[in-house]
Parts: sequence; C-alpha cells; structure tokens
Amino acid sequence: MSTLGYASAEAAPARRLPAQILWRRLRRNSLSLAALVALALIALAAAAAPLIMPYDPDAPDADRVLQGPSGRHWLGTDLYGRDQLTRMVYAGRVDLLVALGATAAALSLGAVLGAIAGYRGGWIDQLVMRSIDAVQAFPSFILAMGIAAALGNSVTNVVMAIAITHVPIYGRLIRGEMLRVREMEYAEAARTVGNRRRRIIFYHLLPNCFPPVIVQATLAMGFAILTVAALSFIGLGIRPPTSEWGAMTAEGAGYIVSGEWWIFLFPGLAIMAVVLSFNLVGDTLRDLLDPRMKGV
Amino acid sequence: MKDLLSVEDLTVHFDTDEGVVQAVDGAALVVRAGEVVGLVGESGSGKSVTALAILRLLRPPARIASGQIRFDGRDLVAAAEEDMRRVRGAEISMVFQSPRTSLNPVLPVGAQIERLLVLHAGASRREARGRAVAMLREAGIAEPERRAQQYAHQLSGGMCQRVMIAMALATSPRLLIADEPTTGLDVSIAAQILDLLRDLGRRTGAAILLITHDLGVVAGICDRVVVMHAGQTVEWAPVRGLFKTPAHPYTRALIHAVPRVDREAQMEPIPGAVPSLLTPPPGCRFAPRCALVVDECRARRPAPRPVGPEHAAACVAVLT
Amino acid sequence: MLSYVLTRVLLVVPTLFGVTVITFVLTYMLPGNPALVKAGPLATAEHIAEMERRMGLDQPMVVQYWRYLHGVLRGDLGESQTTGRPVLQDLLQRVPATLELTLASLIIALSVGIPLGVVAAVRRDGWLDHLSRLAGVGGVAMPTFWTGLLALYVFFYLLGVAPPPLGRLGTGLSPPPAITGLYTADALLARDWRALGSALHQLMLPALVLGFSVMAPLTRMVRATMLEVLESDYVKAAWAAGLPRRTVVYGDALRNCMIPVITIIGVAFGFLMAGNVVVESVFAWPGIGNYALASMMSKDSGPIQSFVLFVAVVYVLVNLVIDLVYGFVDPRIRLR
Repeated sequence: MSTLGYASAEAAPARRLPAQILWRRLRRNSLSLAALVALALIALAAAAAPLIMPYDPDAPDADRVLQGPSGRHWLGTDLYGRDQLTRMVYAGRVDLLVALGATAAALSLGAVLGAIAGYRGGWIDQLVMRSIDAVQAFPSFILAMGIAAALGNSVTNVVMAIAITHVPIYGRLIRGEMLRVREMEYAEAARTVGNRRRRIIFYHLLPNCFPPVIVQATLAMGFAILTVAALSFIGLGIRPPTSEWGAMTAEGAGYIVSGEWWIFLFPGLAIMAVVLSFNLVGDTLRDLLDPRMKGV
Repeated sequence: MKDLLSVEDLTVHFDTDEGVVQAVDGAALVVRAGEVVGLVGESGSGKSVTALAILRLLRPPARIASGQIRFDGRDLVAAAEEDMRRVRGAEISMVFQSPRTSLNPVLPVGAQIERLLVLHAGASRREARGRAVAMLREAGIAEPERRAQQYAHQLSGGMCQRVMIAMALATSPRLLIADEPTTGLDVSIAAQILDLLRDLGRRTGAAILLITHDLGVVAGICDRVVVMHAGQTVEWAPVRGLFKTPAHPYTRALIHAVPRVDREAQMEPIPGAVPSLLTPPPGCRFAPRCALVVDECRARRPAPRPVGPEHAAACVAVLT
Repeated sequence: MLSYVLTRVLLVVPTLFGVTVITFVLTYMLPGNPALVKAGPLATAEHIAEMERRMGLDQPMVVQYWRYLHGVLRGDLGESQTTGRPVLQDLLQRVPATLELTLASLIIALSVGIPLGVVAAVRRDGWLDHLSRLAGVGGVAMPTFWTGLLALYVFFYLLGVAPPPLGRLGTGLSPPPAITGLYTADALLARDWRALGSALHQLMLPALVLGFSVMAPLTRMVRATMLEVLESDYVKAAWAAGLPRRTVVYGDALRNCMIPVITIIGVAFGFLMAGNVVVESVFAWPGIGNYALASMMSKDSGPIQSFVLFVAVVYVLVNLVIDLVYGFVDPRIRLR
C-alpha cells in the first residue's frame, strides 16, 4: 500500500495564504466593516456623552434660540437654545439602550418559550405556538402602539412594548432548532440515561442556535430603533424632557414651514445611519455565518 | 466511423476567493454516432463539469481555460452563443439528476415538450402536441394524453425522468448527455430508466454520454467507458475490457473497491483522499495514492498509452 | 384545493379569537377607571361603584372578556369621548381616506418595486442592481416619518410643487358626491376636474412617501426570490434545452417568481398599515390612524385599542385573501 499523502516539497502554491483570503473577503464587505466601526464609535460616544459633550442637553439658552449650524453649535439649536448635537448624542444613549434592552428581553423570553415548546411538545407546544400566531397576526408596529398606549409613556414600557412584538421571531427560531436537535437525539435516547439526554440537547442546541440568533438580533436592533423612534414621534413612546431621536424629529416638524431645517433633519439622519449600520452588519453576518440561510 | 463528439485536452478553472480551482485538467474523450459511452468517476471528479462544458453551460466563476470540443466537426468552444442555442436541445440534449426539480413546476409537462418541438423542429402547435404525446408513450408512460396535461408534482420520480428523457429525445438529437439520470431513483425504477435510455437511443439513433459514479450502471448499458479521477481522464476502454483487464491503477482500485456478493473478499477502499483541486499535484493526480508511482508520474500528466484494442490508459506503468 | 381553502378559512377563526384576547388585555390594562370617567367629575363613591357594577367592571376577567367579545361581534367598539359617537362609526367614516392613501401607495410600491426587483436580479451586479440595492438598504433604514418630513421640506418648502399638508383637498373645495369614498375616484366619476386635480395633488406626496417606504423592503424580497428562481434546476434545464433568454428569464423564471411574490405582497401590506399611521400624522391625513392618535392626544384612550383591533382584523382577512389567491395560482396547491 502506498503511503498516505504526498511529499510536501511538491506543493506548488497556487493556493492563497489565509491572510490573502481574509483580505479579499473583507474588501468585498468593506462597507459592512465601515458600518461596524461606525457603530462602535457611536456607541462609545453615547456612553461617554457626559464626558465629551460640551453643553448640558437640557440647559436652555435664550440668546441662541433657533440658530442654524455654526461653529459654536455644529448642528444648530432648538426653540430653547439647547445645543442639538449634545441632545442628539444623549438621545443616542436612550435609543440604543432601549433597542438593546428590548432585543435582550425578547431574545430571553423567546428562547425560553421556544425551548419549552420544542422540548415538551404536545399541548404546551400548541399553546405557545398559537399565542405566537396571535401576536404575529398584528402588524408589529400597530401592536407596539397598542401596548405602549395601554402601559403609558416611559422607557421601561416602551422596551416592553417592542420586546413583546419581537418575541415570536426568537421563539420560532429556537423552537425549530429544538425540534431538529430532538430528532437527532431521539435515536440516542434509547442508549442514554434520561438526565444525560437533557444535557446533550442543551449542549448541542445552544451552539447551533447561535449564528441565526446573532443575525436576527443584529437586524432586530435596527427595527427596534425605528420602532421606538416612530412611537416617540407620534407621542406614544419616550416623551420630553428625555431626549430621543424620534421625539426630536417631531419637535422639528413644526419648523419646516418656517425653514428651520436642522431641527428635524439631523435626528432622522442619525436614526438612518445607525439602523443602516446594524442592517449592513447583520446582512454580512448572515452571509458569513450561514450562507445556507434563507433570506429573511 | 467519424467521431460525433471529440473532447481534447479540456481544462476548466473556477475562480474563487481561495484561488483557482482546477476542476478539469486535460480531459479527453470521444463519442461516436449511436454508441453509449459511460463517463465514470467519484463525485467531484469533474464529470458534470465536463458535460456542462460541452454544452457551454458553464457560468462564472467557471470558465473553459483551454481545450477543444468538436461536435460533428464544428468547434463548440469558439462557437457564438446564438449557434450554441441552436445546438442545445436540438442536436445535443441533456438530462439531469433530479427529474422532478428539473421540470418547470407551473407548466404542464406536455407543454414543456411541445415548445421544444415548436422551437427546434419548427412544428406547428397541433403537430407538436401530437408528437409530444407520442414521445411520452414511447418513453413508457401510460395514458400519455392525460399525463401530458399534468404537472411535475403529480408524477412520480420515475415518471418525471421518463418525461425528461422524452423531452430530450423528442427533437431527435444526435447526442444525449445523461448526468446521473438514475441517482435518487429506486433500484428497480433505475433499471427501467436505463433500459429505456438504451432502447430509445437505439431507436432514434442518438448517441448517449452517460455520466455516473456507479460501475453497475456502466456495466449495464454502456458500449465504452471513460474513467475520470480528480479532473483527469485516466482510462478509455470498451466496457468488457474495462472490467476484465483494467489498466490504470485507479480503475483497478475502483473495481476492487466494489463489494462482491458472489465471493468472499475483503472490502478494499482506495487509500488516501482525493487531492485538493486548488493545489493539485502537477502530474498524474492519482500519484499520491498510487502503489506504482514513479517520479515521471509526479512530474507530468502521463499521455494515454495503448493497452489493447480501443483500450488506453494515461499511466506510465500500463499493465496488460 | 378544497381542503386547502377550508383549512385556511377555518384557521382564521382561532387567529381572530387570539387577536381579540390580546386587544382585550390591552384595553383592560388601560390606565384609569372607565366607570369614573363615565360617571362624571361630580360622581360620589356610590355612583362610581354603581357604574362599575353596571359596566361589569367588578366581574372576573373571563366574564369581562366575554362581554367584550360579544360587544365586538355586535360592532360595539366603545364610544369616543372626543366625538361622542361610537368608535366603529368614527372609524368607518374615516376608512375611505386611509383606503385611498393605502391603495395609492400600494400601486406605487408594486408598479415600481416588482419590476425593479426582477430586473435587478436578472441583470445582477449591473448598475440597476446596485441602484436598487442601495435604495433598498437605505430605504429600509429611513424612518418613514422622517422621509415624510424630508419630502415636505424639499417639495413643499423649497420647491413649492407640493401643497401644504392640510388634508385631502385644497382649501375652498368641497368633496365630490361620495360613491366610493375615494375623492380621486369620485371626482373622476363626477367629472369634477378641479376636485380631481386637487385631490391628486394632495395625495401625491403622502402616497409617494408611504409607497417608497414599502417599496424598499418589497424590492429586496422580490430580488431575492428572483435570484433563487434563476438558480433553480428547472431554469438550468431550460438553458440546457436551448430555450431563448427571453423565454427562460421572462417566461419560466418570472412566472415562478410571481407566485411567492403574492405572499410578499401580503408582507408588504403589513408594512403599509404600519407606515400609514405615521404618514397620516405627518401629512394630517384624516384617516383612521390620525383619528386614533388624535383621540389619544385628548386623553381618550379607548379608540386607539379599537383601532388596533380593527387594523388587526383587516390584516388577518387580507392575508386570508392572499393565501387563497396563492392557492389558486400555484398548480401545486390547486391540483392537490
């Protein structure tokens, strides 16, 4: 029998180095890389807001009311003379935290529900799935409106409203994985002790879920920000004095007819930039982590 | 007898992020009018790529890097796309592996045959309908008029393959390329499909290039066989000759790897693994796994050497 | 096919049931005591207690839900405190405005979005593909309310081609005799060209904004579907059979692509209904969304939950219709 493999001296390197492969992949997704960097910077700025922003977001300045962008106030001032840039960065904290909180809550609740439903099956599964169906029967923003209206304006309530509408996504995802893993483990169950089976399922389940959950969560962050902004815009979400991008845009709406464009423009631009970044990163993660995943 | 199809020194490359994948390296084969030629090899050996190259169906990142493909004396590699369209489906037809998904789900199967007849044979709608039904009947489908109105999802896998064969042969092509036509079908249905291929081929005079990984299929209906390994064609032989006196070490290993029911023997898998097509060895690609390897094999791809009548192998250590 | 239709129709019932449970819970959670409100500011404690008993507010939740469900089925969605009329009546009165806006936006979104998605997929990596992907990715990230304000600023304030956002008709004009309730259609039927022009002028910007916001995700989904279809086995077989490009792409592939697009239209409808609320708010369009928000502004919180219920029911029914159409169009379902 011949020896396995061949003498390494023969290998003519038509193959690219791992570094070259990575570089080619990165270049194709350079936009997403830029988005990721942008997101990191924004998050950093938001977190460090009190340290880096020169103005107090709530302090009015009667001398500088409704001024356009200038050297002193890069994004102008509003009706009360407050610096828009400062307010926007502070608002960024609120929006990002709300989105993060809602996504984390939805993920946790959805994962638990999905896992239980998939694992136990039977009537529990039916109950959970029918409830998820009922939630998904609503256009999600409309349901968020209803929940926010019922609970009232506050950061926690908005987080809950958005979280509830997002639970079905993760619930279905985790349940699907659970069903798949359960099938695989069913054959092994004959040989293994009951306890061990449960451990195996969780040991196998979590790593498999990770890629699609990460992708979904990233994309969902964008939706969450759009939702909280829209809710605040129509008055159902975060209300002043807390700064929030959607509420700031609403404040600026009235000034369009008088030409003060900077009040509505920049907060909306901020929303768009952040959501865009999340979407780009999420799309790229989807391409990288699981090319087999269907488009969502 | 003049060659109907001749492939010479065909090289196909795939441009990927990791580098250039040399999927096919210097492949050569010949098909003569009316004969059934089997193209055999493991999955990934380049058989399907070769077939797609013949019909110029390769899309980027795949490309024909070099080589000649002649059909009835015409050069297919350099032909214009317009001319290739006239060849496809009319002079050379192809049948694929999964018959149900190869049929358009929203068109009745009869209509799919009819439009080929209208397009390639200039038939009128009425003529086409009649000939389509007749073709379905010849392909062994009962109640062909009723079946022609049905959709792919209403037919079994075997019936779908019969439809595909009927569709491929309806325009009386000179050559039919069948890429793994029986993979995924029940063994008994597969046997029927193979018989159908051979019979219809004989009746219409079409030559058949049958691509498969299954030596049993080859033994069943082929006149001649070409063996492929890792993108290289390594042996050409009449079917009997191949099984009786395999010359190339890979072919020998392949034949011995098939488990026997008629006598006691050890299962002998082929040692090693198929080499990477990204960084393939420069010479014979079986060299790393070959018991008879010498330096010459590793350096340059061996030229085919005659072994017997119509029998050749690309090996320096040709065994007779 | 029959079993498919039956299944779909029957499934609607528990779904609607679930919807009413959710809206009941939301109504139940509303801050404030409705008995207090109804009894009036001068009511004594006994009056309030009596009112509570009469309204059934002292009953267990399940019983209250039953009353609620009964009311809904009878068409009783409560009363608006701002208009003093039954909420259902208020909603129905404003439905034509929302319908007009929704239809116009849908037409814009479909007639641009679907062809764009198809061509982007067919000419992959061409300039149109890049443009549509850019617009898609960007459009999905743009908050609709902001797009609306931006459009107002550019087209109304800067360019002056759009009218001030004051509603469905320009000032001084009276609506045409109501046949469909859609001012554009009615004006056309009555040959009232001034009203038609004005109605279209007012409709233009909100419809474009809403249409664009729906078009962004729609185009992406259509493109993805078409790409998948173009990679399918039967398309490859069609190429191999020598069929001309026109037939393979705009015949076989397109026909197969349009079937899942029916489902995509259902998804787009959901986006449409959501965006409707915001666009009505920005442009002061007198539809049901605006009504719900205005009521809420006046601390009248009942209508908004009835609005949510109304929209959800419509959404469920629209999806049912879409499922049935899908079942009819796809031979794999139509013929067992």
